[in-house]
Amino acid sequence: MTLKEIAEILEAEVIADSDELDVLIKNACSADMMSAVLYYHTPDSLLITGLTQPHVIRTAEIAGIKSIVFVLDKKPGVETIELAKLKKIPILCTRFCMYTASGKLYEAGLPGCLFK
Amino acid sequence: MDLNINEIIEGSFQIIGGNFANAGEASMQMKSKLMEIGVHEAIVRRAAIATFEAEMNVIIYAAAGRLHYYISPDKITIKIDDMGPGIENIELAMQEGYSTAPDWVREMGWGAGMGLPNMKKNSDEFKIDSVVGEGTTIQMIINFS
Amino acid sequence: MRGAAMKLNKIVEDLSLEVKTGKNNLQGNVTGVYISDLLSDVMANSKEGNLWITLQTHLNIVAVAGLKNIAGIIIVGNRQLQEDVLQKAEAEKITVMSTPLPAFEVAGKLYQLLNQ
Ligand SMILES: Nc1ncnc2c1ncn2[C@@H]1O[C@H](COP(=O)(O)OP(=O)(O)O)[C@@H](O)[C@H]1O
Ligand SMILES: [Mg+2]
Repeated sequence: MTLKEIAEILEAEVIADSDELDVLIKNACSADMMSAVLYYHTPDSLLITGLTQPHVIRTAEIAGIKSIVFVLDKKPGVETIELAKLKKIPILCTRFCMYTASGKLYEAGLPGCLFK
Repeated sequence: MDLNINEIIEGSFQIIGGNFANAGEASMQMKSKLMEIGVHEAIVRRAAIATFEAEMNVIIYAAAGRLHYYISPDKITIKIDDMGPGIENIELAMQEGYSTAPDWVREMGWGAGMGLPNMKKNSDEFKIDSVVGEGTTIQMIINFS
Repeated sequence: MRGAAMKLNKIVEDLSLEVKTGKNNLQGNVTGVYISDLLSDVMANSKEGNLWITLQTHLNIVAVAGLKNIAGIIIVGNRQLQEDVLQKAEAEKITVMSTPLPAFEVAGKLYQLLNQ
């Protein structure tokens, strides 16, 4: 599924360059616990989270996460946005909660991250 | 693997306890270095994840610490030592889910009790030494093949 | 967060959840689902009768579930619970369930179940 399709399903506001929306996402991980993200990561994943601090971007970068969805209309601060741009990690902001965002994407055919 | 390296490459970073604003910066820079010299992405990721967890523990639990890494043609050796409270029962601390992280840390998404297990899982050699009241030293080796 | 009301035991059955505590309280209705690993978030945003999906296994999940009248907690990713957490949950009549599935997939399956 492309990031563009994901953004449409989540009616999300996109913080990224438009060419980054062609990125292919293969699976998703919904979590606020960063160690879990580091544990369950698989390449080409989408992270769906309620935390918006810069260390979330660093976690994503280190785990090889392709893009991040911030739920419940949470708006990241400038530092987070700058870091995400620098690391080329597109951000989507959705008004949906983690449950609804996950449910909609799963329904549209996106699987969860596999355990390793 | 053909690495773009003919001598040992080293790097060193200070880590300051409580400094969440820069959390992960040292590990990210180490990661960039490994990518730059052409280490396979999956191996870079293991090294970065293990180092990041160790860096976070210094930030969360210690007053200050240091990350030091040495890259040789066949492996990376990562050492993180801190001036902190030390760990009384290492066996317990290594258990998945065990955490003494304070509430504010848990509200930031840390304190799952998976840091030390993550380090062990992602490294080929993992050593931890700790002295209560002095500090903790972690050494990890990740082979390139 | 929304969804048609459904009995907890039907969800347990359909998702093959392992019931750890509160085995006798499965008759209640679930009013919706909330996912978060952050206790303050659940305190602020979950609703009475919600199912709470989380990786969080800290002892305080029991108190939060009690205060918010949560219908049950689903611990995902095969995370193990300490004995003191289970004992407190049993004493407070909080239903705690467990699954090897990640949060994203539990959410996806519940979303389909509750919206069918
Ligand atoms: N550098 C350190 N100094 C002191 N205590 C530590 C250090 N690293 C880990 N610990 C102890 O070990 C526990 C488990 O660590 P870890 O597996 O990283 O999980 P977490 O950080 O999520 O609690 C910590 O909660 C803490 O009590
Ligand atoms: Mg840790």
